[in-house]
Amino acid sequence: MTLSVAMTVNGKAVSGKVEARTLLVQFLRENLGMTGTHVGCDTSQCGACVVDVDGKSIKSCTMLAVQAEGTKVTTIEGLAPSADKLHPMQEAFRENHALQCGFCTPGMVMSAIDMVKRHNYKLDEATVRHELEGNLCRCTGYHNIVKAILAAAPAMKAAGV
Amino acid sequence: MTETGIGARVHRKEDKRFLTGTGRYVDDLPLARATYAYFLRSPHAHAKIKKIDTTAAKAMPGVVEIFTGKDTADAKMGGLICGWVVKDKNGEPHKAPAHPVMALDTVRYVGDTVAMVVANSVDEAKDAAEAIKVDYEVKPANVDLARALDKGTPEVHPEAPGNLIYDWEIGVKADVDAAFAKAAHVTKLDLVNNRLIPNAMEPRAAAAEYDKGTGNYTLWSTSQNPHVLRLILSAFVLGIPEHKLRVVAPDVGGGFGSKIFCYNEETMVCWAASRVGRPIKWTAERAESFMTDAHGRDHVTHAELAMDKDGKFLALKVETIANMGAYLSTFSTAVPTYLYATLLAGQYTTPLIYANVKAAVTHTAPVDAYRGAGRPEATFVIETIVSKAAAELKMDTAELRRKNFIPKEAFPYQTPVALQYDSGNYPPIIDEAMKIADYKGFEARRAEAKKRGKLRGIGFSSYIEACGLAPSQVIGQLGGGVGQWESAQIKFNPTGNVQVITGSHSHGQGHETTFAQLVSDKLGVPIENIEVVHGDTSTTTFGMGTYGSRSLAVGGSAIMKATDKIIAKGKKVAAHLMEADVADVEFDNGTFKVAGTDKNVPLAQVVFAAYVPHNYPLAEVEPGMDENAFYDPANFVYPAGTQICEVEIDPDTGVVEVVAHTAVDDFGNIINPMIVEGQVHGGIVQGVGQALHEAAVYDKDTGQLLSGSYMDYRMPRAEDVPSFKLGYKVTPCPHNPLGVKGCGEAGAIAAPAAVMNAVHDALAPLGVKHVEMPATPLNVWQSIQGAQRAAAE
Amino acid sequence: MYDFAYHRPKTLADAAAALKGKDEARAMSGGMTLIPTLKQRLAKPSDVVDLGGIKELAGIKVEGSGVTIGAMTKHYDVSVSPDVKKTIPALAELAAMIGDPAVRNRGTIGGSVANSDPAADYPAAVVALNATINTNAGKHAADGFFKGLFETALKDGELITSVSFPKPEKAAYMKFRNPASRYAMVGVFVAKTKDGVRVAVTGAGPCVFRVKAMEDALSKNFSSAAIKDIKVPSKDLNSDIHGSAEYRAHLVGVMARRAVDAANK
Repeated sequence: MTLSVAMTVNGKAVSGKVEARTLLVQFLRENLGMTGTHVGCDTSQCGACVVDVDGKSIKSCTMLAVQAEGTKVTTIEGLAPSADKLHPMQEAFRENHALQCGFCTPGMVMSAIDMVKRHNYKLDEATVRHELEGNLCRCTGYHNIVKAILAAAPAMKAAGV
Repeated sequence: MTETGIGARVHRKEDKRFLTGTGRYVDDLPLARATYAYFLRSPHAHAKIKKIDTTAAKAMPGVVEIFTGKDTADAKMGGLICGWVVKDKNGEPHKAPAHPVMALDTVRYVGDTVAMVVANSVDEAKDAAEAIKVDYEVKPANVDLARALDKGTPEVHPEAPGNLIYDWEIGVKADVDAAFAKAAHVTKLDLVNNRLIPNAMEPRAAAAEYDKGTGNYTLWSTSQNPHVLRLILSAFVLGIPEHKLRVVAPDVGGGFGSKIFCYNEETMVCWAASRVGRPIKWTAERAESFMTDAHGRDHVTHAELAMDKDGKFLALKVETIANMGAYLSTFSTAVPTYLYATLLAGQYTTPLIYANVKAAVTHTAPVDAYRGAGRPEATFVIETIVSKAAAELKMDTAELRRKNFIPKEAFPYQTPVALQYDSGNYPPIIDEAMKIADYKGFEARRAEAKKRGKLRGIGFSSYIEACGLAPSQVIGQLGGGVGQWESAQIKFNPTGNVQVITGSHSHGQGHETTFAQLVSDKLGVPIENIEVVHGDTSTTTFGMGTYGSRSLAVGGSAIMKATDKIIAKGKKVAAHLMEADVADVEFDNGTFKVAGTDKNVPLAQVVFAAYVPHNYPLAEVEPGMDENAFYDPANFVYPAGTQICEVEIDPDTGVVEVVAHTAVDDFGNIINPMIVEGQVHGGIVQGVGQALHEAAVYDKDTGQLLSGSYMDYRMPRAEDVPSFKLGYKVTPCPHNPLGVKGCGEAGAIAAPAAVMNAVHDALAPLGVKHVEMPATPLNVWQSIQGAQRAAAE
Repeated sequence: MYDFAYHRPKTLADAAAALKGKDEARAMSGGMTLIPTLKQRLAKPSDVVDLGGIKELAGIKVEGSGVTIGAMTKHYDVSVSPDVKKTIPALAELAAMIGDPAVRNRGTIGGSVANSDPAADYPAAVVALNATINTNAGKHAADGFFKGLFETALKDGELITSVSFPKPEKAAYMKFRNPASRYAMVGVFVAKTKDGVRVAVTGAGPCVFRVKAMEDALSKNFSSAAIKDIKVPSKDLNSDIHGSAEYRAHLVGVMARRAVDAANK
């Protein structure tokens, strides 16, 4: 079943033709060519595909593209305020060496931003580790990801994002 | 030390693209008119293929082509190879069963490739795959490693009678037996080194394109070593001449060994690209990664350690059966022999060692190198038996280790199992680890935990690792099919910026930063003017790739050799420009100087002169500033260290929690401590994963993979580990120009024994003697139940 | 995934109409179970009726002394709802233990209850709290609603509209996660109400079940000591690579005692 779908992705109105079975992540990667969002599993567990839909972090591998009709989607590509400036969470990941191969990174960063906001910019190590329950990383041993998120929380607050 | 030079915590140059979603992994490539491949896989562990009917599937919408084993046979495609010949103890080369790219008349594991569907979309390819009719005659399977070599176990290959690939040994058994006869105490241990699934977060992927006009193929692959992949495909499998095949490994999302090997799917994608006439893309689903990525470890071992009355090690005897899976993967044969048994001396002076390794084939996925490859298995045997011996002798576990450490004065130290350790100083490492871990305060922590109803334990693991396999001649004598050098090219552009072209491959290790630091430090070029290029056979002379913690020790050393050549050539040009004698020219921090004068000329000016040679010694020196180097090391490098783990166990549920973990390592000189720490962190968690969580489990009768997704394969998560405490001691490697060792695998090598020794220490008061890995809640609970039953009887 | 016809009705009536007469049609609430199932090609629905557009199905209301949660209310919204936290804090805590943050932002109580997954969390709360399942066709009592593995008392085309939970005197949920999937391997919800104590177990068997022996003991003495010797038989319990039936039976006891202790705190 071919359907039309329209949404706002990173502030830009986009639309396209999809099948009913097309996943949001497929729409982003294949229709829009936005390959920053990754697919690391088939069972909704690794979190590499996390994006923000209407202010909520979701797994874009477990949402149909047609379900995102009319929504505002933010992906890893839409975070940096300008070409030479990173979002405070991206900056904290770089500063703290919170990424190695980079594959889980987009989902980690999206989940981390959501986590900081939900906890009103106040986090401790145990909370961060628990909140990462839906994101897998095989490279970093999580140590520096936790460090980066703890560092980013006050930076996000200061930056008002 | 400069801010961007050797030893500095330089932030990674590659991070920006990964953080902004602009990395380029294989599946991200936009390929015009692409088709998509899907592989129909065997649902059976062992079956005869009586018939494959693709008629209905070929008529399905969107289907472009379907290939089966018959097509590959008709095309006379070669089989996949195992690149390391291990000689049996009777001198015969190992059994080498055929490894067809597509199953011909037999499938040998669940996931074996049966047919390749190429269609206009992945969904259409999958739809068509369902319409392929395969008539299987299902046969009994050989799944249980402990029984693989028993009489009557179903055979995997006619070429390997009794499922035996080799029966290999090292050391003199009679001498070892004599030492055991005189021993005051013998500690015995039976253990299983659990089978693991690597799980790089990026699933394997391949894409290929064929240019009809030139006859050139391009294969993009998630490879750790694109040149070796090209060599294998060209020389053994597809027969496409090397100069007509370009292999590109762009950004690769982790490897851990699993992306070293030449796999069926990338082979088929490359081969089929010319037959289909359109580009083909294939990306594994995670379920396929579980089924078909080469798995790791999987040993069944019996070990015995003989000691004198003071606990001095006299001899070690090890018998291991190693699982090869259904086919011999690219380096599988070397892992349980030259990368395992040669490490069994550990950090100790054990004078006599005998090891016997039998490699068996089973109806399971191929097994090959996974982070540490052989060395974690060796460390686990040694460090578990040493801790057990300490407990039996009622000696302090650190003290027993210290008593047997190779003393600093003994280096270079020849072990009884072939290796010669070049450098090391182990006692200060364990001292530092015990200080950081507050070993003295442990009993107080144990008592405090007991009040909370938790069993606390502490475990040590003092590992040795041999990495950066070398030198090539020795590797050749041992049966290795490739050289073990690395190449580097330093290519200045006329405007003074530099491309550093390396044969190493980064899939998370940060070469773009570390290698740039080397060149910046040595040549005084600002780091932002240095670009590290890797992963493309069309831009790199040749490369052996990245595995076995070899990139810096071998690849980095090649870069240093190339910088030496740049300096040597630059001196000649500078001497001409400064009208001085070459012998008087010195180079320091980016500037050529005439010794004892204030005459100087910056490197950038020398480079410019080399490309615009208007005032240039053309009679003696060629124009250009572009130097190549190959570096073949004199020996392995030998990182070593001690990890100390503390766990708390909930005896009601069996849940083991890692509450503290310390690692002190000697990696020789360190180029970027930030990156090294990251490698150690990641390695430790993979080791914790092996010890407590991860297990590839096959149904022993049917050979179905029971841990075939993240629903059943237990990956370590952030909540499973604490933040780690790290420390360093440095003994520089004496035989490479940087004095570096390797750091990529250490964490994963040492951690399993540290964690399991802590588990055993925690459970000892309950009478639990041995817990196999992984110490899952179920396993620990059952072990406690077993001990209680035994105590009651 | 096989393709299907997609519907996104705006009203419950339209949803019921879209499902009517189609044997192979499936309703989808949050999709957290259905979409992974479709991705693995384990189901081949002709039609998927997405309930996400039906505004009337979401929301939390305090009714009498209890709380009624609309079928399309997300786990996250339940976990942070001041009304739920005030009325039945154990229910908010249960919602916060489902899946992970991204799953809680999509998954719904209606989907969880309607699916009767043996490892789902909500069925334990529904049964222990003696909740009422409201549908477009009427009401179901908690007892008897969960009939077996992925099987409920819902008729074809019947859709859950909300679940009403009466306020207990005390309640707590303890979950032992499957180490890999993080679904409940054993989840025990204990509730003390004026009508007695109910103990509901999820994850351990083919479907949520009550432990009468524990309920009787706890009705007399609501303390973990009262149930320390009660053993749940392992016969008929689930068994897999992460937990044998015996281990699950053992964990039911451990989790039940911990739940009682937590409820008494």
